[in-house]
Amino acid sequence: MITEVDQALLEKIADLVGKPVGALNIRKDGGCEARQSTEHIKIDPRTDGKEGIDIRILDGTKGEKCYIPVVISKSDYAEMVYNDFYVGENCDVDIVAGCGIHNSGCDEARHDGVHTFHIGKNSRVRYAEKHYGEGDGTGTNIMNPQTVVYLDEGASIQMETVQIRGIDSTKRVTKIVCGKGAEALITERLLTHGKQLAESDMEIVLDGEDAKGRVISRSVAQDESRQVFRPIVVGNDKCFGHVQCDSIIMGSAKIESVPAITANSTEAQLIHEAAIGKIAGDQLLKLQTLGLTEEEAEDRILKGFLA
Amino acid sequence: MLELKHISYSVSEAGAEQAILKDVSVTIPDGKLIVFTGPNGGGKTTLAKIIMGLVTPTGGQILYNGQDVTGLSITERARLGISYGFQQPPRFKGITVRDLLTIASGDDKLTKDRCCRYLTQVGLCANDYLDREVDVSLSGGEVKRIEIASLLARGSELMIFDEPEAGIDLWSFARLTETFEAIHRTHKATMIIISHQERIISLADEIIVVGGGELQYRGTADEILPKIMADTTGSCPVMTREEAAK
Repeated sequence: MITEVDQALLEKIADLVGKPVGALNIRKDGGCEARQSTEHIKIDPRTDGKEGIDIRILDGTKGEKCYIPVVISKSDYAEMVYNDFYVGENCDVDIVAGCGIHNSGCDEARHDGVHTFHIGKNSRVRYAEKHYGEGDGTGTNIMNPQTVVYLDEGASIQMETVQIRGIDSTKRVTKIVCGKGAEALITERLLTHGKQLAESDMEIVLDGEDAKGRVISRSVAQDESRQVFRPIVVGNDKCFGHVQCDSIIMGSAKIESVPAITANSTEAQLIHEAAIGKIAGDQLLKLQTLGLTEEEAEDRILKGFLA
Repeated sequence: MLELKHISYSVSEAGAEQAILKDVSVTIPDGKLIVFTGPNGGGKTTLAKIIMGLVTPTGGQILYNGQDVTGLSITERARLGISYGFQQPPRFKGITVRDLLTIASGDDKLTKDRCCRYLTQVGLCANDYLDREVDVSLSGGEVKRIEIASLLARGSELMIFDEPEAGIDLWSFARLTETFEAIHRTHKATMIIISHQERIISLADEIIVVGGGELQYRGTADEILPKIMADTTGSCPVMTREEAAK
């Protein structure tokens, strides 16, 4: 049953209010709360014995959305879920995933998931995943999402991954392999606080001619939290890759950012940039001259940075 | 009305006290356009920052509309109606021009039309700029004009502009001076402009020359400009002595 707490989580992680139009699979505490396929998007349980679903999107599907959020409302709970996406050719679709944990207990709540995408020729996919945790218990919230994407010729993915507060520990692994003329854009937004730990490993492999890959990562580490970023772009042919990591460090947090670019072709054009710094004093002063308090100014700067 | 009474500011450098401002007293009536000018390092910006609360004076008192604001924070002064345009405005990743104007105006529902009006007043087109981030992708002149637009959006009773002309091209500068003139005509705001530009100096009701941490001269453009010209044509005393010795 979807409770009010679940509904609030679904809204936070997937902007879901009520029952949406489109394909849908809501997973709660290991069970299936709701599932609906459409004419063009078929969602079925896996047949290989593993937990999870297969999502098949037919050739030429355009303008449709598919929601597959996960909610965990229990303490002392762990799951490992495998979801496979088979996107046909010439599609243009939105996929909204995400996981919300409401842990009121004193034990761990943990979601590990592997999403594997096979995206057909000339298809465009926008994929959003938001991770969020809450609860008034002392139990920890853990999420370890893995995303693996194979882009066929001319295909593209815009992946937006967001984790703002509430997740005590995360190790996220993303790998995208781009075929000829394929394009990958990963936008990452991350905020950690307290004693949280976040690790993010990303790899974009530009395998085909004229492939493009871009990573834009912005993060804020507050209090005593720790973050480690390892974004990698590998160019194996004539291609373009760009990694851009910006982090704001606050309190006694620690951030490690290790971008890497590897060219295995003389025609590969690869760039990486990484910056870590505290909020600039003149930014705070400027917003104070516009009537904000120092705390309001700090919040506004962080909100903009992570927008 | 703004009153500065016996303002001093000094810093310690290598154990020695260095006076940046020395017992500065000045009264600025409402609705006037006052230009602070003078040589670099003379104390103009420090004085302006002291009014906004960005720098704390080591001595003296600041009264704004009769209220002692010396101990008030920047935010409190901003809310009383003082605003300040930075000489080198900061840039923000993720904050758009629209966001900045909205924050400045204090109106969460600031319309595009109003944004357009503020940007046009500094020679920028809203369609080109509203959704752009105020980050390193903008040139120095663009950021400077957005900074001035943020003050226009704020609509304070006392506006302080620190070298608004710096980095701005001739065409935009002409538009900017028209904007200052238009604000001045309404007498709704008092403007303190730190400037070296003759065009801006000529707009002023009064010019105050700040140099060596003191107010050196005070008067109208007709009175002050000849003094400035006389000062600026002076040559280097060392070279003059060397020339004379030949």
